[in-house]
Amino acid sequence: MAIKIQIKNFNLWYTDFLALKNINIAIEEKRITAMIGPSGCGKSTLLRAINRINDTIEGVRTEGDIIISGKSVYDSRADVEVLRRNVGMVFQRPNPFPISIYENVAFGLKVNRIESKKSLIDETVEESLKSVLLWDDIKHKLKKSALELTLEQQQRLCIARVIAVKSQIILLDEPCSSLDPVATQRIEELMLQLKDKYTIVIVTHNMQQAARVSADTAFMLLGDLIEFDKTEKIFTNPAKKETNDYVSGRFG
Amino acid sequence: MFKLNPKLSQKISYSILFCATILAIIPVAVIIFIIIKNGASAITWEFLTSMPKNGMRGGGILPAIIGTLSIVMCAIAVTLPIGVCAAIYLNEYAKDNLLTRIIKLAIVNLAGVPSVVYGLFGLGIFVMFLKLGVSIIAGALTLAIMELPVIITTARGALNSVPYSFREASLSLGVSRWQTIRHVVLPNALPGILTGAILSIARISGETAPIMFTAAAFYVPHLPTSAFDQVMALPYHLYIISTQIPGMPKNIIFGTALVLLMMVLSMSLIAIIARIYFRKRRKW
Repeated sequence: MAIKIQIKNFNLWYTDFLALKNINIAIEEKRITAMIGPSGCGKSTLLRAINRINDTIEGVRTEGDIIISGKSVYDSRADVEVLRRNVGMVFQRPNPFPISIYENVAFGLKVNRIESKKSLIDETVEESLKSVLLWDDIKHKLKKSALELTLEQQQRLCIARVIAVKSQIILLDEPCSSLDPVATQRIEELMLQLKDKYTIVIVTHNMQQAARVSADTAFMLLGDLIEFDKTEKIFTNPAKKETNDYVSGRFG
Repeated sequence: MFKLNPKLSQKISYSILFCATILAIIPVAVIIFIIIKNGASAITWEFLTSMPKNGMRGGGILPAIIGTLSIVMCAIAVTLPIGVCAAIYLNEYAKDNLLTRIIKLAIVNLAGVPSVVYGLFGLGIFVMFLKLGVSIIAGALTLAIMELPVIITTARGALNSVPYSFREASLSLGVSRWQTIRHVVLPNALPGILTGAILSIARISGETAPIMFTAAAFYVPHLPTSAFDQVMALPYHLYIISTQIPGMPKNIIFGTALVLLMMVLSMSLIAIIARIYFRKRRKW
């Protein structure tokens, strides 16, 4: 398997607070990698470092680098916008724009001027909605506001929005935390389908979810990467005591 | 010391709070009542559409209405774009540093300057230094500067009310910061910005001091033909006819006040209706 995302000696500060301490991870392509750990351990911060969305927070400073497909993410010449198109992100609460379903999916294409021919945009919208298994439910109401969809559908729409700009990597930041168990299961099924085409990194609070969907799991604690290994190993026979305490439910 | 029983003290506090609230609406009601009672008889189609006669003791107030409308529209046309741009900069781009803090402090202070000081400032800068003369444009620029901090503040409020998650969603799709502002933030902030602008129009329509030295004339026998003309304006006209002209019919004074009041109130009403409409449509 090829390495898609290489995180190298990565440190991140929020002003004076060191939130990520010398992180090294190699994430493989077309697999699901989970990041687990108690609240405040830095897992979301690390995820948000991969597409540099942390840059929008004042006082964030980094050291070290992340390499995606052989290219430095934190190089001063790196194009953040191209990076973010390539590395899509789905957030905790579904955040569709308050415009139509169609316009939501077409948004990235239109605003970034990736595509301007209507027929091609239509095609991409359809493909993207199909790949998140939303097309059949909503093809007759593409002009309706995206806010009328259920939360699960909204979250699928947010994934479709990412797929439409031809991302290769999808970062999911606790994507099911505002969904009910049935919806959660269906999103998990979707993730498993998407992993054949996309490299997926998911941050989750839910250890069962990590165990169910991911191939590799990183366990973090207080800004440190404690252990990174095959998911099966992390959950059945972890090398570190802290990992064992966490996955067996002794804290967190 | 005796202690009130809690039920009684609850009732007393409630009554005091309720009375304070009622007291706030009494002046508004009384003002509107007096002005309508004394002024309604003056309001005719002719009053609204003809020139003053008899040294303003008769005829209509058309030039004052036109004058006020032109000054106010020019003022808002200048101040709205500048104010919105400044609000976007402060809200979306500015880092929290010394310069930003100085700018914010300046805006707060600008809002606290008495309006007559703006009038003198306008006289010095626009009328005399820039040689615009006493004119619509000089008055409009003076009002524009006076209203700038209000526009900036309301526009910032509107921008701030757009959820941060929309910005994040857009940025994470590789959309640049400016395109995010243009395609996501501004469309969603627009209703708030517009209602703020309408309220500003209502507010500056009634201002007297800033236009007294910069735009308004005692009497102009014709309607304005360019932005460099002096004009009559409703608030100033009202001041003149109430204090400077002996033997002024009372109903014309109150009629003029009524027209001004209706202009201001109807604009506030439009803003309120617009706000209700947009709030209903908004779902986040």
